[in-house]
Amino acid sequence: MKTFRHCLIFVSSILISLFSVFGSANADGHKEFKLGVVTFLSGPAAEPFGVPAWNGGKLFIDLLNAGNAPAPYDKVGFGGMKITAIPIDESGGATKQVQEFRNLVQRDKVDAVLGYVSSGDCMAIPSVADELKALTVLYDCGTPRVFEDASYKYVFRTAAHAAMDNIAIARYLMGKGYDVSSIAGINQNYAWGKDSWKDFNVSIKKLSPNSEIKNELFPKIFAGQYGTEISALMNSKAKVVHSSLWGGDLQSFILQAKPRGLFKRTQVVFSAGDHVMPGLGNKYPEGVILGARGQYGMMAPDTALNRWFYKAYMDKYGVFPAQPPYRMVQGLMGLKMAIEKAMDNNGGKRPNKDQIATAFTGLEWEAPGGLVQMKLGNGHQAIQPHAIGKTVKDKDGNITITDIVRYSANCVNPPNGIKAVDWIEAGFPGSDCK
Amino acid sequence: MFDEILTIFLDGAIYASWLFIVALGLTFVFGVLKILNIAHGGIYALGAYSTATLVPIFYSLGMPEELVVLAMLFSALAVAIVITPIMERVILRRFYGQDEVLIVLVTYAIYLVLEDVQKIIWGMKSFYVSEPREILGAVEMGSLYYVGYDLALIGLAIFCGLALWLSLNKTKSGKIVLAVIHNPEISGCMGVNINKVYLAAFFVGAFFAALAGSFTAPLISVQVGISVAVVIESFAVVIIGGLGSIPGAVIGALIIGMARAACVHKLPEAEIFIMYLCMAGMLIFRPKGLFQGAQARKI
Repeated sequence: MKTFRHCLIFVSSILISLFSVFGSANADGHKEFKLGVVTFLSGPAAEPFGVPAWNGGKLFIDLLNAGNAPAPYDKVGFGGMKITAIPIDESGGATKQVQEFRNLVQRDKVDAVLGYVSSGDCMAIPSVADELKALTVLYDCGTPRVFEDASYKYVFRTAAHAAMDNIAIARYLMGKGYDVSSIAGINQNYAWGKDSWKDFNVSIKKLSPNSEIKNELFPKIFAGQYGTEISALMNSKAKVVHSSLWGGDLQSFILQAKPRGLFKRTQVVFSAGDHVMPGLGNKYPEGVILGARGQYGMMAPDTALNRWFYKAYMDKYGVFPAQPPYRMVQGLMGLKMAIEKAMDNNGGKRPNKDQIATAFTGLEWEAPGGLVQMKLGNGHQAIQPHAIGKTVKDKDGNITITDIVRYSANCVNPPNGIKAVDWIEAGFPGSDCK
Repeated sequence: MFDEILTIFLDGAIYASWLFIVALGLTFVFGVLKILNIAHGGIYALGAYSTATLVPIFYSLGMPEELVVLAMLFSALAVAIVITPIMERVILRRFYGQDEVLIVLVTYAIYLVLEDVQKIIWGMKSFYVSEPREILGAVEMGSLYYVGYDLALIGLAIFCGLALWLSLNKTKSGKIVLAVIHNPEISGCMGVNINKVYLAAFFVGAFFAALAGSFTAPLISVQVGISVAVVIESFAVVIIGGLGSIPGAVIGALIIGMARAACVHKLPEAEIFIMYLCMAGMLIFRPKGLFQGAQARKI
């Protein structure tokens, strides 16, 4: 009997200790928010996009977890839950990314996924995200088609789509009185390049109906060699050459075109040209009109929030932040605000995915690049203000950006319910460019 | 009109020269070792990276900038010296005589390893070494400016092709290599050290791959992933010209270079597939390429 009692006490104590271990683990689990972060960590898009974006993301997550971010982001992690990030490499194509997404959601049990630079990946992931009911934040990709061709419950894009970049460039050229009587373009042969060129040339045609397209070149992505294209562009004698090239392709194009005099002979505009400036430094040509896919980097607004982020990034990495880290931090800030809003609505308790999705829809928050508003795609797609500028050498001989013109979000983004290209073709009805 | 033809010709010739230098090592290695070396692209990338590393050191030592070509040659040589014994002696020799598909898979595996080696050594950073491209200045041709360095690539391609062809056909060592190409078994019976010939041939192929990367580095942003397109395009050249044929590589590079330049200038929509069209046409009408010689039937 005594032995039986001892056994009972022994078994009970094991059960109690097991319960306390699992109980505390469960309680700790409530204080953790698992976030899958997907961006390019290898391949040609890693150095210009994925790595700096993740650098910015890591920095911001560390500051959030330490409670060292400024208001309104000063609450630890996401609503008091420490963020545990699981970084995933975006390289390998859409099929691989769908599998990686399933792994994150079903195997790693992440609470949300934030990621995707490639437009192809952004087209492939949302339907799977809704199927798995997985909260997903697209932080960077550009194609307008994600929410123009479909709608999703659990998917949000926290940065403006590419139409804004090209509409703003067209407005800048017209506003500054540049000769746009003839235009030419060199854009990569996939969704991003094709959409960018279409948005640009239709915008120019709408703003200056007599403008003539001299040449449209679509080299394959990661072509690397542009000698022939540069000859064709120079032979076309177009007054303006537009390009949405990015990453290594943009770097190689600049290195090959500069000594041949393309930038002196014609006005070149890069719709997303800022992100190669930290790498190229003074090899970047003067006189180029460029956008940064938002008010980012050298074109960021002079606000306390931007000064804080710019300095934190400079101090940590020794180089100024271009668009990629800004966009990832913008996404993280949006997710944080949505979670904390949902938490408030839930009486301070941890919200579920549906509550976060409801709070995210139509959300507005202040980011280092300005006010972000989830106004398109029925509250799932962001719009934001934009800035365009021109490169110039400063008195120390360093390349910087001058002649910056800022555009309100409603000036360069379509209203909800109309496709960007239809809005451009209709003559930008309802745009507010004051 | 003349201006346009001149531009197409020059653009085509520059691109063809680059393609030829890249494809020369690939076709030579196949000719001697009968190996379709997918790792060729990885060696090309190592050549570009080593130049991107060595050239800034060269300048920092205060060396005369005209001699930067020597630094580029040295970096290509260094890559070939390091990579040849590892690839040929340690790995590939174990697979000689085995199924061609297996050997292709082995070289593909090596290619993936080389990609990771680049990441380990140089990280994800981009490197720029455009300075060597500035030493020859720019030349006015028709209504356009061409960079002297780009035009010099035509000379380099001619030199590389002639040097290899003359070495093979006019020297005793070259004739030994030709004998091995023709029949390694009989050459071995005649006292030729086949292993040494294979090692030397692989070294030459690796050197040309690294040389192509080395001389391309000043044109591009050197970063992870630059070898992918190179592998595809150099394969297209050797398929059109005939695997293992040096004159074939010349013609293959010229066909692709000129067709691509003509498309970019006159029919830009076709540029994306013109190379594949040339390759598909050749595979349909002459599957072994333009310069694949007649082969004796073995019993």
